[in-house]
Amino acid sequence: MFKSQALTEYIAKIDTNKCIRCKRCIQNCGWGVYSWGGDKVNIDTNKCVKCLRCYHYCPVEAIDIVDNPTFYKRNHNWSFQHIKNIKKQAETGGIPLTGMGCDLDYPVLFDNLLLDACQVTNPSIDPLREPMELRTFLGKKPSRLDIKRDKKGKLKLKTKMTPQIELRSPFMFSPMSFGSISLNAQKVLAMAAKECGIVMNTGEGGLHEDLYPYKTNVMVQVASGRFGVNPEYLNAGVAVEIKIGQGAKPGIGGHLPGEKIPLQVAKTRMIPIGTDALSPAPQHDIYSIEDLRQLIYALKEATEYKKPISVKIATVHNVAAIASGIARAGADIIYLDGFRGGTGAAPTVIRDHMGIPIEHAVAAVDDRLREEGIRNEASIVAAGGIRSAGDAAKAIALGADACAIGTTALMTMGCTVCGKCYTGNCSWGITTQRPELTARLDPEVYGQRLMNLIRAWNHELMEILGALGVNSIESLRGSRERLRGVGLDSATLDMLGVKPAGR
Amino acid sequence: MKIEAKGVYYKELNEKVREAVKGGEKDIVLDNVNGQYFIGDGIKGKGVSITINGVPGNDMAAFMDGPTIRVNSNAQDNICNTMNSGKVIVEGNAGDVLGYGMRGGRLFVRGNVGYRIGIHMKGHGKLSPVIISGGKAGDFFGEYMAGGVLILLGLNAKNGEAIVGDYLGTGMHGGVIYIRGEVDPENVGKEVGILDPDEKDMKQLRGYLEEYCKDLDLDIEDVMSKPFKKLLPVSARPYGNLYAY
Repeated sequence: MFKSQALTEYIAKIDTNKCIRCKRCIQNCGWGVYSWGGDKVNIDTNKCVKCLRCYHYCPVEAIDIVDNPTFYKRNHNWSFQHIKNIKKQAETGGIPLTGMGCDLDYPVLFDNLLLDACQVTNPSIDPLREPMELRTFLGKKPSRLDIKRDKKGKLKLKTKMTPQIELRSPFMFSPMSFGSISLNAQKVLAMAAKECGIVMNTGEGGLHEDLYPYKTNVMVQVASGRFGVNPEYLNAGVAVEIKIGQGAKPGIGGHLPGEKIPLQVAKTRMIPIGTDALSPAPQHDIYSIEDLRQLIYALKEATEYKKPISVKIATVHNVAAIASGIARAGADIIYLDGFRGGTGAAPTVIRDHMGIPIEHAVAAVDDRLREEGIRNEASIVAAGGIRSAGDAAKAIALGADACAIGTTALMTMGCTVCGKCYTGNCSWGITTQRPELTARLDPEVYGQRLMNLIRAWNHELMEILGALGVNSIESLRGSRERLRGVGLDSATLDMLGVKPAGR
Repeated sequence: MKIEAKGVYYKELNEKVREAVKGGEKDIVLDNVNGQYFIGDGIKGKGVSITINGVPGNDMAAFMDGPTIRVNSNAQDNICNTMNSGKVIVEGNAGDVLGYGMRGGRLFVRGNVGYRIGIHMKGHGKLSPVIISGGKAGDFFGEYMAGGVLILLGLNAKNGEAIVGDYLGTGMHGGVIYIRGEVDPENVGKEVGILDPDEKDMKQLRGYLEEYCKDLDLDIEDVMSKPFKKLLPVSARPYGNLYAY
């Protein structure tokens, strides 16, 4: 066998003078980089993915993971990844896979948008001393409200509201299935969701029995593979989501390989152990908006109209018209997943070259629904590239009702975005089913970290609202007047409905 | 209990059915059904029997768990979508995408069925869904099939007439398909192997067909008078070598 010509990306180094031979790096590495050589640790650096687990767990800081200095000759046209993929494909004939969201240098419009703040002519609000409302309700809103007085003269709502999801702040966790991530990782999401009064989403992998106690903060998903879907499942959570597409891989299905389907995953997905779990690219009962309406109402019937139905799509070129169709098909929530959204596994060529960014999509969809007078018919969730409370505030100002975070949540569990989720060797115990790896992710410890993050983002949002001089997230929603663009061309500004800075 | 369906909107009709089931009603008859969607959607309970007079609309028995539905005429698309258990018997023909993601129970159709039957049918533990059609079927029969049993009889086919369309079992990675008569290998997906059923298979097949014949008042010996072909996936991992890691 020839040595692969695909160049090693990282060099793992151990300073043998510092190393105390505790072998912790050997235990911690899920990739098999380290092995015991009798008197020192041997290193197979070809296997290193720079997830940094060993670095964090080395008690004497003897480990360094550096980029391979033997880089291909610098070339702006032929990037490292281009050359490496060609070599790999020449050797295997396969499709290069990847995990996490697109890492290429496409413009991130969040970084070209700036929020307004109050000065002199309008007062800002101090959120530490004054009330600030972040509560968000997702679901269909009536086009008018009828109010009556009861016998005591108190005002009562006469209009019958359709079901809503109540979020204590405008965040939710993106769908990540048990199978793609470990049960402990799902528990982290569930615990944090419950504590923070927001929701996590099962993804297309069923709901494990251990998560039933968290069901008031769980949204269940139905996708083309229909894994783990039965009447109990549909009625377990606070809402049901139909997954049409995912930002990282619009238009293609899912494929959980048989070796990642041990007993618990098989049980939860309700499939045999060890077979591939294939989610077909399309849902073969949905070829039109009318067909989508049929599935939406099949789910409403099965849940007796008590749960809002969300429809998740990848943001593609024609997203505004599609979203309008989704709203008209009866969905209560439209979940938009931008092309930078993460994934457990996707062909690199799809992830890196398909779809549109979430910033454009939210603006386009909000515009279209407003123009058609149906913005109240469905809430909009923005996902796929929300990296901070600042991004979230901008997405909400562009028209989103709430933001969903996936990669961000995983980072609180140790993820360093090494992008090798599809191998099932995650040393942090997140995207793996290997028991010795998943056991190291303690739901209590990391649940607390995720809670901390949401708490911090809530505070940041309140600070932003205070600086804007408003006291509720509702006042920022769709308020593009409070955004200005820097370094954007006039066509983009026009599309976003945002003025250039200085105007 | 009789429920009159003439001119009743589906939402109202299904609410009546759900309430009847919840109220402990075991024998429900729907008269003058005319295309109402979602009948029996998500209802639960063993021993509940629903008889439908008239043509029910799409997505009948979706997510159903336990009851038996008998349709005394033709039925439309998407029957038994993600059904967990129970039985549906259709006296006439039925439409496209029957038994999508079906996990358990039975769907017996006397006549023809449409395109994409039994897509992504699965099995789980003791659950194993069975779909039997007495007539002919369209393309993509058993596509993505992951478990369960699909049986196509073609009892109404003329001599030499093909009883199933193209792309038979494409993407199949579990379960088994039985076709009465011959199968043209040209029409079969590359993930599928065509075999002659052995004695054990024939015993199992007879078991399913005896139930089918009893429910639809057919002669089992007539049905068994022709040889069957058995279709199995050649791999539980049809796309294992597609990727470069």
